[in-house]
Amino acid sequence: MDGGPTIRLAKTYAAPYALRTRVALYAMRGKPSMALLPSAWLTFRADWGSMSREGARPAMERYRILPHTADGKFQAFGRTLEEAFGNAALAMASLMWDWEKVGRRVRHFIHVKAIDREQLLVKFLSEIIFLFGTKSFLLGRVEGLRIRPEFSGLSLEALLEGEVLSDAHELHGDVKAVTYHDLKIEACDGFTVQVVVDM
Amino acid sequence: MELRKIDDNTWEIPKEGEMRVPAVIYSSARLLEDIRRDQTLTQARNVACLPGIVRYSYVMPDAHQGYGFPIGGVAAFGLDEGIISPGGVGYDINCGVRLLKTDYDESEVTAKRKELLAEIFREVPAGVGKGGVTKLSRSVLKEVLVRGAEWAVENGYGRAEDLERTEERGRMAEAEADGISERALERGIPQLGTLGAGNHFLEIQKVLEIYDETAARTFGLHAAGQVLVMIHCGSRGLGHQVATDYIEAMENAFGVAGLPDRELVHAPFMSPEGQRYYRSMCAAVNYAFANRQMIAHWVRDVFARVLGSAKGMDQVYDVCHNVAKVEEHEDGGRSRRLVVHRKGATRSFGPGRPEVPARYRSVGQPVIIPGSMGTASFLLAGTKEAEGLSFGSTAHGAGRVMSRHEALRRFRGEKIRDDMARRGIELKSTSWKGVAEEASEAYKDVDEVVRVSDQVGLGRLVAKVVPIGVMKG
Repeated sequence: MDGGPTIRLAKTYAAPYALRTRVALYAMRGKPSMALLPSAWLTFRADWGSMSREGARPAMERYRILPHTADGKFQAFGRTLEEAFGNAALAMASLMWDWEKVGRRVRHFIHVKAIDREQLLVKFLSEIIFLFGTKSFLLGRVEGLRIRPEFSGLSLEALLEGEVLSDAHELHGDVKAVTYHDLKIEACDGFTVQVVVDM
Repeated sequence: MELRKIDDNTWEIPKEGEMRVPAVIYSSARLLEDIRRDQTLTQARNVACLPGIVRYSYVMPDAHQGYGFPIGGVAAFGLDEGIISPGGVGYDINCGVRLLKTDYDESEVTAKRKELLAEIFREVPAGVGKGGVTKLSRSVLKEVLVRGAEWAVENGYGRAEDLERTEERGRMAEAEADGISERALERGIPQLGTLGAGNHFLEIQKVLEIYDETAARTFGLHAAGQVLVMIHCGSRGLGHQVATDYIEAMENAFGVAGLPDRELVHAPFMSPEGQRYYRSMCAAVNYAFANRQMIAHWVRDVFARVLGSAKGMDQVYDVCHNVAKVEEHEDGGRSRRLVVHRKGATRSFGPGRPEVPARYRSVGQPVIIPGSMGTASFLLAGTKEAEGLSFGSTAHGAGRVMSRHEALRRFRGEKIRDDMARRGIELKSTSWKGVAEEASEAYKDVDEVVRVSDQVGLGRLVAKVVPIGVMKG
């Protein structure tokens, strides 16, 4: 996987991966459609990035924006494939807005199916572009991302939290589409995914 | 990779391995340095491996690395044995350029250019996440998809004669809305009549130099100093979604095994998937034609309001830069119908072709090649030779040489604005960061691109124009 100079780093202090919390239905207050979901879908992973910076935990790099002539390219990291996918979503969001400044007022539950991991990643990230384009939704956080094998491929579900675009937010880029160009998913010391988006 | 020099501006990658045809690159030695730096040539070679490819996999002088096909790539495939690929068109289907002329001279506009630009900025929605002013129903959107600019003219946007001066008369007849997903429709509804962001722009320009008097006069350009308006945008989120949807549909139908690059996923042109993509792509092309038609109408409104009249603001032409079309071309001494993919390339049909509007048929079609933000743009005329050289195609612009992030690191939007102001160019944008990313230094030298085009015979130089006011999305 090619590296290249780091242009921007997003650092975070992640909670232990093993910390899983089964969130009860109260988390879904006011979202009747979600209350109908099987409880197995409501398995949430602990908040990434919610730990205080004073903590002694080692810094974990979420993603790295890489130089690319015409478009946006990034690598995202995670101890699991799910975590790497979640960080890829934040990396892509960072090309358009400052996700760290986005609150958690709006939630969208998403569920995508794909023939393989690569298509799953493309479809997952495309979902964020779609929500931005149609609902002016700015992603601020990815919760409870789960990837599961299906009869003919894979499925992914996640809760996307964020806000509706307002004058308070600054946009600085337009991602048109997620491409397969140079797309890589590698398992080595956790997971690294690499994506090029069309801007 | 072996690259054989044919002449000063022509290079060839000989057929090897799985290539079905050789690849031909039209480029000067100087532009080739940039082209060699990224994956453009590998991508041109990959295209040469696709089933049913005819003659050559072509690379235009402004080429740079794309997804699957290079940007600046042209390839044609037989209808029966060939394929169609969303990667050969690109995500921004019918990203293109429209040029309007005016009867105003620079001297009549200079004092008012700030006001003109401010009014256009108010009238034409632009920027990331910016929706349009038109609230469409699904059924009206479907009508737009099928009828393109025709729909816009019928609904009061612009003039009937604009249609004759638009590629395909502003409507690809093969378009069907049935294959457009709900998601694409949803993205398309709020964005009709918007400029968008990224490299999209709207410029008030003046003619700097005329190289070909006859062609210039035929196109409506009469002297240096004449004011023009150039609109560069595409099919917005709708087109991006159509591309995304059909890449997935083709992957699911045909699998991805054996593809050198998944962006090269394709379907036989005559297969149900191929036909559905083609008809949906045509619908997205129509959406973009309608989009530019509406924006042109608003620009005329502003000119009428600010300067008193929009008389003489005729459309010169409107060209597609990202498209696949069925066209008649010579192949081995006989004429046959081919599906020509132009990705970041402009059709450049010469005199006599029936597709060229009657009023331009004696000189060839107008070919509009925009430069980067704040630099010169060019008007060329299509040539007869180009049909043999590149299925009647030429370059589409400057082409990036520097990443957006590198540009952001090096340039400041506000400083670019000040520099441009010193050169007499007014700039308005929704984002200074966006301006920095589009700094002209991040692009190839468009003068060199059109020089090669002219020398090779892909397009004949007609006029050079420069901006006096720039609106960036």
